[in-house]
Amino acid sequence: MSSPAFSQAAFNRQLKKNYTWYTGGFILFIIFLAIAEQLGMSRAWIGYWFLFATIGLYAGIGIMSRTSEVAEYYVAGRRVPAFFNGMATGADWMSAASFIGMAGTLFLAGFDGLAWVMGWTGGYCLVALFLAPYLRKFGQFTIPDFLAERYGGNIVRTIGIISAITCSFVYVVAQIYGVGLITSRFTGLEFGVGVFVGLAGILVCSMLGGMRAVTWTQVAQYIILIIAYLTPVVWLGMKHTGVPVPQFAYGYTLQKVTELEKKITNDPKEQEVRKTFADRAAAGRAGLADPDKAYAEGKARVDKSLADLKAQNAPAAKIAEAERAVAAYPTSVASARSIYQREAGMAARSAGPRPHAEAFVGKDEAARNTARWNFIGIVFCMMFGTAALPHILMRYYTTPSVQQARVSVFWSLFFIFLLYFTAPTLAVLAKYDMYANLVGSSFASLPAWAAAWAKVDPGLLNITDINRDGIVQWAEVVIGGDLIVLATPEIAGLPYVVSGLVAAGGLAAALSTADGLLLTIANALSHDLYYKMIDPHASTTKRVTISKVLLVVVAIIAAYVTSLKPGDILFLVGAAFSLAASAFFPPLVLGVFWKRANKWGAIIGMAAGLGVCIYYMMRTYPFFTNMGVPKMDLWFGLSPVSAGMFGLPIGLLTIIIVSYLTSPPNREVQELVEHVRYPHLRGDTVVSEAR
Amino acid sequence: MQLSEKHHEYWRKNLAITGVLLLIWFIFTFVEIWFARELSAITFFGWPLAFWFSAQGSLAIYVVIIGVYAWMMGKLDKEYGVDEGDLE
Repeated sequence: MSSPAFSQAAFNRQLKKNYTWYTGGFILFIIFLAIAEQLGMSRAWIGYWFLFATIGLYAGIGIMSRTSEVAEYYVAGRRVPAFFNGMATGADWMSAASFIGMAGTLFLAGFDGLAWVMGWTGGYCLVALFLAPYLRKFGQFTIPDFLAERYGGNIVRTIGIISAITCSFVYVVAQIYGVGLITSRFTGLEFGVGVFVGLAGILVCSMLGGMRAVTWTQVAQYIILIIAYLTPVVWLGMKHTGVPVPQFAYGYTLQKVTELEKKITNDPKEQEVRKTFADRAAAGRAGLADPDKAYAEGKARVDKSLADLKAQNAPAAKIAEAERAVAAYPTSVASARSIYQREAGMAARSAGPRPHAEAFVGKDEAARNTARWNFIGIVFCMMFGTAALPHILMRYYTTPSVQQARVSVFWSLFFIFLLYFTAPTLAVLAKYDMYANLVGSSFASLPAWAAAWAKVDPGLLNITDINRDGIVQWAEVVIGGDLIVLATPEIAGLPYVVSGLVAAGGLAAALSTADGLLLTIANALSHDLYYKMIDPHASTTKRVTISKVLLVVVAIIAAYVTSLKPGDILFLVGAAFSLAASAFFPPLVLGVFWKRANKWGAIIGMAAGLGVCIYYMMRTYPFFTNMGVPKMDLWFGLSPVSAGMFGLPIGLLTIIIVSYLTSPPNREVQELVEHVRYPHLRGDTVVSEAR
Repeated sequence: MQLSEKHHEYWRKNLAITGVLLLIWFIFTFVEIWFARELSAITFFGWPLAFWFSAQGSLAIYVVIIGVYAWMMGKLDKEYGVDEGDLE
């Protein structure tokens, strides 16, 4: 409960005033840089200004919020108003993947990519209806806290700690990766250096003040990231729809995209390029089927063509070309094989443009049905995973009351919605711009942004004149998803300062999520493992100190893992959601809604859910099967990311069955359940509010 | 402490509100996805209807679901005297 001297109302007013000034100051800062750019400030310097000014700002907030009080450190003193907790949750939630990757995924996958958008928003309904108010009433510090108190004993707490650390750690590596990428791209620093600059930024935000510092920097980061995301989209929207809120008007742009898709599909020049790729893919497949034969035949072909040219006394230039072909021919069957592999992969480029608006694209009814089930699988796992990720649930411990926790979920989703309903808009606008302005332009005069990006980063944009007609065909363009958000300011014709702003926004998204995740891991170790299980008599100062030290250690380990550049980060992020959904969702929800759920049900249920989820991933995901795990067929054609589709129901059923087979929980636990169900019971003393 | 009949009634009403909102959530998520191809035949301000729902309609409904929940539960708390008083 709040101390008598503290007035929540005055605190709220002060917060509103501070953040209004802050937002105004940030906009002034952008204007100042825009003017400086016109006066000739270099791009590198604009990049540095955005990088160091924003990190310095977060550091300032972090230092001002330093604390060594337990309740301040773990739950920001439980006085974060719903509105601001919503903003902080938004920043906590939206990662580098949401900010930079989402629009790109939608650009490439069309309708089928919307599964991520639905999954990552609809999950908040489950948070609101099943978890946030009850966890707030419970009023401890972490998610394992709740599991341990509700089901009793250290086994449940231990499984909780392991699950919380596993999914958070996997996720935090992806964030630090994003930080390194953005820093290196916009300042020219090396990736490894970028990772450690970002790491310093993360640590100054979270170490000194724990949840309190993280909360107030996250609010600041949300404001930056949303301004950065919306500015270029509004501009591009004005260009193509004529309204400043293109989100409500791009339906007609989507229609135009569909028409242009048909035109591109039927264009003879496009078909010619696609046919080239189809032929190359067929040759590659033939080579893979019998490498020795293909290698010998290919060798004979280049040798013969050189001999023929020489015999005919062909022009020297032609002979030189044929000689180069002989010299460039792979020296061994093994090296030829990798070329066949690459060529066979060209099959993907022999297909026409993917119909953006069409649901569940597939060549026949069966393929479309599989696409539909995979869409459902992703939506399901992302939603239930959202409602089980500890770093998000933890945020609802920080509001002043149960009712504020409920309202705070509303604000959270509202602030997330602003970005998530803009991402599909951006994908359609960017696609229209490319179909209309890039396709059909001549290689001699590409649009400025395309020329620049193709030169800087062929991994993001690659345009090659396959049929040598000097005109860009869509089939000649390869796009990396991250290009969409990064290049939008230039596509929209905005000055470089907006590109810098977008980078600052991406950095804010990655830093804020990394902060929340690191805090979750450090708290699971210091609070749940150390304080609750190893040394329950530790003084409060000691607990907070240990937490701060662990935070640094975990951050350094995470940065080290990131600098190894582990490959399958996107899969791991999806996997974190499936794992969280299978492990946490059933015991948390049944813990509140079903008094009969007991300790053994929870233990065996969590283990079963996690077990099934991990088993399915191990047996189906190429990363593991290539390492020697025996491969099995997909169940119902569902991709490994959606393993939670099986893990969650099995976990839920197991808890119910095992709970019925064993004795009901004791009176105290039943009273705890009643306690969390009512926001305020007069004379209720089951669990005293932890401060 | 011993819960009164009034407390149980509060909990039943809470479950009813939760259940109805969950049903709406389910319809605008999974039922909508299941019939996405059929819904795509309908055009809504330029969008195929299924695309519009998945890209913003369902999202907006989620926001409303949570808003309605918070508002109704706040009222219910006061009605049954289990609210926390003015902590604003």
